[in-house]
Amino acid sequence: MKTVLNEQQLAITIKRLGHQILENHINLENTVLIGIQPRGIFVSDQIVREIRELVPAGVVKYGKLDITFYRDDIRNSLHAPNHTDIPFSIEGRNVVIIDDVLYTGRTIRAALDALLGFGRPAKVELCILIDRRFSRQLPIQADYVGKSIDSIVSQKVKVFWKERDGKEEVVLL
Amino acid sequence: MQLSVKHLLGIRDLTRQDIQLILDTATEFKEVLQRPIKKVPSLRDVTIVNLFYENSTRTRISFELAEKRLSADTINFTASGSSVSKGETLLDTVNNILSMKVDMVVMRHSASGAPHFLARHIPAAIINAGDGINEHPTQGLLDAFSMREKLGKLEGLKVAIIGDIMHSRVAMSNIYLLKKMGAEVMVAGPPTLIPKYIKEAFDVRVEYNLKKALEWCDVANVLRIQLERQNQVLFSSLREYSLAYGINKRLLDSLNKEVVVMHPGPINRGVELDSDVADSKQSIILQQVENGVAVRMAALYLLSGGRGSMN
Repeated sequence: MKTVLNEQQLAITIKRLGHQILENHINLENTVLIGIQPRGIFVSDQIVREIRELVPAGVVKYGKLDITFYRDDIRNSLHAPNHTDIPFSIEGRNVVIIDDVLYTGRTIRAALDALLGFGRPAKVELCILIDRRFSRQLPIQADYVGKSIDSIVSQKVKVFWKERDGKEEVVLL
Repeated sequence: MQLSVKHLLGIRDLTRQDIQLILDTATEFKEVLQRPIKKVPSLRDVTIVNLFYENSTRTRISFELAEKRLSADTINFTASGSSVSKGETLLDTVNNILSMKVDMVVMRHSASGAPHFLARHIPAAIINAGDGINEHPTQGLLDAFSMREKLGKLEGLKVAIIGDIMHSRVAMSNIYLLKKMGAEVMVAGPPTLIPKYIKEAFDVRVEYNLKKALEWCDVANVLRIQLERQNQVLFSSLREYSLAYGINKRLLDSLNKEVVVMHPGPINRGVELDSDVADSKQSIILQQVENGVAVRMAALYLLSGGRGSMN
């Protein structure tokens, strides 16, 4: 087991991602942030918290998206759906989707499909905490990356969150 | 995460966890149905045949819509005007359809046990859309979903099923499901329309007085008087039935509480329900119809997983 990010590094990384998003979407008027269920929302919750400290309350539009019904592997196994909660229109808006680990790219492919069920956004960007580069199965690339790592297929990236696991850390197993 | 069954033949075969899983999945599908684009690609490569040997409007439309919302390919079969009238057997008909590479069968039949018979003989997943006087599992599930949505829970809920219990597959599925989920169930209606041993067999209350039943329950699930199944004279006239067991606004107002009124449809207006009740705020009949699509999407979705190993 190798630590990729310890608690302090993770906090700084999330702060940086929040600032980067804000830098590109300075007034957030036409921007919405969407966390991917189930694990992406732990990152997105924290990024949204960081951004909310920097801008007036109520400006940040934040939703959660479940991609279960859009997965391409239903033939192999069935997944229980999580909850989707997007209480605003994404039509014509800039959308930043947020997930914890970018690996094969299939989750993001499904997320893009799921997102289009809610309308036609002006632009979609991707924010990722950990990018497992060189392991992509689809041509997908993140706009905001917390940390890029080299890993092999047999390895696993595990992200621990305080509210769920009692500690905050990213490790490579 | 998987159902414990390969087919949805009846609520009797499902576990409490299965029911919970279907209802929870239906909640998420209901959210999909509120989106601008109400369609997901989950069953994109699945072919489903709707095999209706008996008349049905809302169940068939509801299933067909659920299948289309899941992006499945569908074929509709109705017995009238088919080779059934030339004497083809059920198994032959289905085998012919299955040769066209069908993955799932949704079946309605007037004979109890017809879907069970098919399940033993063909490899496709089968959903029972009502068989004779046995079960109508998706109706039971959507009724439970609507109750849970309206009142927040099923456990401890007092549900009275009112009307023609003897000929009702909806009543059977409701009884199985509500008992499994911890609700209290009462059946009410004329003694001639309530099976004699139902109390012992299903551990339900029996009440022959409509007003007492309504005073007891939180939810009244009112069944249709199945005129097409009344071969024997089990009550003297529709007017007499309506006078003794018809629910009207005056009766509901005389209770000192608000009872939720449900009906699986189609309603015989003025017989089991008066229009002023069917169209009132207490009635969730139209919500039941809406929820039917979400519940059927959940059932189809959950039965379609792991098909790779099936064929």
